[in-house]
Amino acid sequence: MTLSENRHFLYYAIFGVVGLSIAIRLFYLQVIDKSYEELARDISRREIVQFPPRGLIYDRNGVLLVYNDVIYDLMVVPRQVKDLDTTAFCDLLKITREQFVEKMKKAIIMNGDRRSSVFEKQISPKAYASFQEKLFNFTGFFIEVRTDRKYNTHSMAHVLGNTGEVSEKRIEQSNGYYRQGEFVGLNGIERSYEELLRGTKGVRNMMVDVWGREIGPYGGGALDTVPASGTNLYVTLDAELQALGEKLLQNKVGSVVAIEPSTGDILALVSSPGYDPNEFIGRERGNNYMKLLRDPMKPLFNRPLNAPYPPGSVFKIIESLIGQQEGTLTPETMYGCGGGYRVGNHTVKCSHRHYSPLDLRGAIEQSCNPYYCHVFRAIMDQKKFKSTAEAYDNWYKHMQSFGVGTQLGIDLYGESKGILYPYTYFDKLYGKNSWRSTNVISLSIGQGEVGITPLQMANVVAIVANRGYFITPHILKYIGDEKKIPDEFTKRRYASVDTQYYETVVEGMARVVNNGTARIAQIKDIQVCGKTGTAQNPHGDDHSVFIGFAPMYNPKIAIAVVVENGGFGARWAAPIASLMMEYYLSKHAPTTRPDLQKRMEEGNLINKVPNVQ
Amino acid sequence: MSNNEERIIRSGTFDWLTIFIYLIMVGWGFLAIYSADFDTNSPGIFSLSHSYGRQIIWIGASLVIALIILLLDHRIYPAFGYIIYGIIILSLVSVFFLVTKRVGGGLSWFEIGSFKFQPSEFAKFATALALAKYLSGYGISFKDTKTQLICFGIIILPMGLVLLQNDTGSALVFTAFFLALFREGLSGIWLFSALYAGILFLASILVEDINIILLILTAISALIFLLVRKNRSAILILVAVWALSCGFSYSVDYLYNNVLKDHQRQRIEVMLGRVDDIKGVGYNVYHSKVAIGSGGIYGKGFLQGTQTRLRYVPEQNTDFIFCTIGEEYGFVGSFGLVILFVSLLVRIVQLAERQRSRFNRVYAYGVASIIFLHFTINLSMTVGLFPVVGIPLPFFSYGGSSLLSFTIMLFILIRLDANRTNEVKRAFEI
Repeated sequence: MTLSENRHFLYYAIFGVVGLSIAIRLFYLQVIDKSYEELARDISRREIVQFPPRGLIYDRNGVLLVYNDVIYDLMVVPRQVKDLDTTAFCDLLKITREQFVEKMKKAIIMNGDRRSSVFEKQISPKAYASFQEKLFNFTGFFIEVRTDRKYNTHSMAHVLGNTGEVSEKRIEQSNGYYRQGEFVGLNGIERSYEELLRGTKGVRNMMVDVWGREIGPYGGGALDTVPASGTNLYVTLDAELQALGEKLLQNKVGSVVAIEPSTGDILALVSSPGYDPNEFIGRERGNNYMKLLRDPMKPLFNRPLNAPYPPGSVFKIIESLIGQQEGTLTPETMYGCGGGYRVGNHTVKCSHRHYSPLDLRGAIEQSCNPYYCHVFRAIMDQKKFKSTAEAYDNWYKHMQSFGVGTQLGIDLYGESKGILYPYTYFDKLYGKNSWRSTNVISLSIGQGEVGITPLQMANVVAIVANRGYFITPHILKYIGDEKKIPDEFTKRRYASVDTQYYETVVEGMARVVNNGTARIAQIKDIQVCGKTGTAQNPHGDDHSVFIGFAPMYNPKIAIAVVVENGGFGARWAAPIASLMMEYYLSKHAPTTRPDLQKRMEEGNLINKVPNVQ
Repeated sequence: MSNNEERIIRSGTFDWLTIFIYLIMVGWGFLAIYSADFDTNSPGIFSLSHSYGRQIIWIGASLVIALIILLLDHRIYPAFGYIIYGIIILSLVSVFFLVTKRVGGGLSWFEIGSFKFQPSEFAKFATALALAKYLSGYGISFKDTKTQLICFGIIILPMGLVLLQNDTGSALVFTAFFLALFREGLSGIWLFSALYAGILFLASILVEDINIILLILTAISALIFLLVRKNRSAILILVAVWALSCGFSYSVDYLYNNVLKDHQRQRIEVMLGRVDDIKGVGYNVYHSKVAIGSGGIYGKGFLQGTQTRLRYVPEQNTDFIFCTIGEEYGFVGSFGLVILFVSLLVRIVQLAERQRSRFNRVYAYGVASIIFLHFTINLSMTVGLFPVVGIPLPFFSYGGSSLLSFTIMLFILIRLDANRTNEVKRAFEI
């Protein structure tokens, strides 16, 4: 039996080995592997995001444009639904039994049957009221209160933008700030100032038991954060001026950009045809979006920022300035018209008959094409340049300083830089050193391989009005109710032409309105300076263009108007600009020219747009 | 009661260390149950609608019974060993006819009023008593094959009945008696064979193609053959072992794939880590591991466990009670619990070894082995080292049958131990 007696040591060994193995396993689970702590947190904690109210948006005069509206989503936790009177429930929601089953299935697929999912988005306040009364009958269902945007206006949709569900891409870019299904600014100012408008989300952490019930604050609420309201914003737009602009451009394709030259504030930014911002709220937003997307008139396209037009007359203004700066042009420089400017076997014709020869003011007044061919060649063919490329590059940099071919940096998404090619483009096109100023002569009158957006046009006018500088055109006027002006919107940006050279050009533009092509733009008691343009359009009727500012001294408004397929500048663009300037300068007084206003509003050019005919 | 015995009781020869460990375990167990079933709405401990309220009653009953056992004559256990065993066997059989309600897929409960009674829990100490009684009989030698077979019979009868009740876990616990019998002279080959069979079992399940196992077995046998080729009898044994191994391995494979029920197979698969089924069969183990693992080194504190407080662990006041301890007391507490159990087991073996009577010793080893198997299987199950079989953690898990039967089992041992010298004396008297 001695063998058996000593066997008890084996028992000690077995107990020891097993005890140690279990202890090692526990050490691994509890001390080495840290993932379980995280898993436990994920399982038992529910983050309840508290959305702060989004900042409100006002116009420059303090008119409320965008605010928040309470909406009610009907939520469901499928697992908790018990003894439901489906008939009564469906009646209340006005859905069929099949739809009920479908929605239930969808909810389970989306978030599983233990978690809450949206059963019906944005139920009507009336349905909400009935639900409040009967909710205790519908276990598993509850109402979640959210806010959505609400608009006090039917205009300026492109500027205000809208909110909607955040995209996958932005969720990724947000470093975990956004979660699926949250609403963010999708475009316009809602997007550019998303960080200001959205405020800071708060989080309440709740302990959730295995049945999905909230038991109490997690960790005593130590991880909770309080939401901070979004910042209210004031936009530079004059809501009434904007509304007038939209009305004048109705049934036409075109743009208006009005800028306060001294501040760079955008007073009006009209893209026609536009849409009503209210299309993008509520339950129909998805359908409305598809409808607008498919519209051949492209109402979602923000023309003032994106549509490039031949600059035409805008370039003549800039050439007049560059020529003087380069010393190749003086106010007294005379060139003959001769009805056209011959380059090889090609002739740049003058658009109309006028007296000749002309000085600079006269050339602006008469918009004489051959005069500007001379001006352009004088700039380009200076002896100091070793090559045409070098001369072109000099001219190109002048142009860029006026904002042509560059993004101005407006605080709205999707600004196009227009079309202006560097010399390398022509080197490639014609071969290095084998092109002359005559090859690009059409640029002198703003035709050919060049395009400028209405925003850039208005900005050039603002530079002229300011006699040499501009402030980055912008939509944001003030941040918050303490009305802070962002620093970047107070800095002057100078064009490459000195102040002394502007006066002649301004005088020429005054003559255009007083005696020339834009007489229709005259405003009683106010000296308007302007320039009409007729941008050639290979696809249909010419575009009607007008740029101008008023008053001549201490200008308050600079404006660019483009009406597509409107023909001469004086026919549509100049009167529309004039009416808007008058309205703004008179501080919203009724027009002195009701007939003109009526004619503009009623004008319908939609059937002239080539791709809609 | 003779004067001698009264003296022994009064002079405190009860093994207070064991009683002390018992009280710590039951007390700690109550705290764990309280945590696991804690309800902020009724924090009082005397609530019959909560498991901790009922457990108080069971603890009270256990203490009363423990006291009674200590006061009763120690001689009734050898005397009534067979009768107790007989009664338990009868009640195990009657479960098939009288059971009113199935609990957890098994049919092993009697329901008396609102209290449920589980005979299989009591079958363990009854079997220990019967085994001790038989082996302490006059002229019984464990060397006799007949003796061994009768011992096996005593074990296998209740084990089989429990297995028939679909209570795999409890049936598994009865194998503990084979471990106990090792002390009485059961050949080490059995233990070695069990270990070998276990490894072969796992290998047969883990390796997809059973032929690979058969090939390896053959290769190893061939190697051994080269070593022992001059010994005829060794070759015979080798061939037998090889044939048995291959047969076993093949049978396991066949049983596993064709006979085992789906839920049993799935539990094994989860334990082996071959399927990671958090929502289905792996649910218990997953949440159990999360609860224990999230306890960290020092734990979250009493009533601060999130996973258990929020009821993520199923059966968390019974079979998975260890989760509460792992989560609230961390590694320090868990390790303490392991130490506590190992101490108790070592102490019982020490008690066993100081007995002069064979009855006492066999019984003590039976108790140690039963507690050891419960402890090992239960903890291994909660930490994901063993498939989920429903057996409680002794003294900790909620449940009257479990607590009462373990209390009775342990206190009979303490009572027997108190009279160990007396027993010898009486042996001389006879």
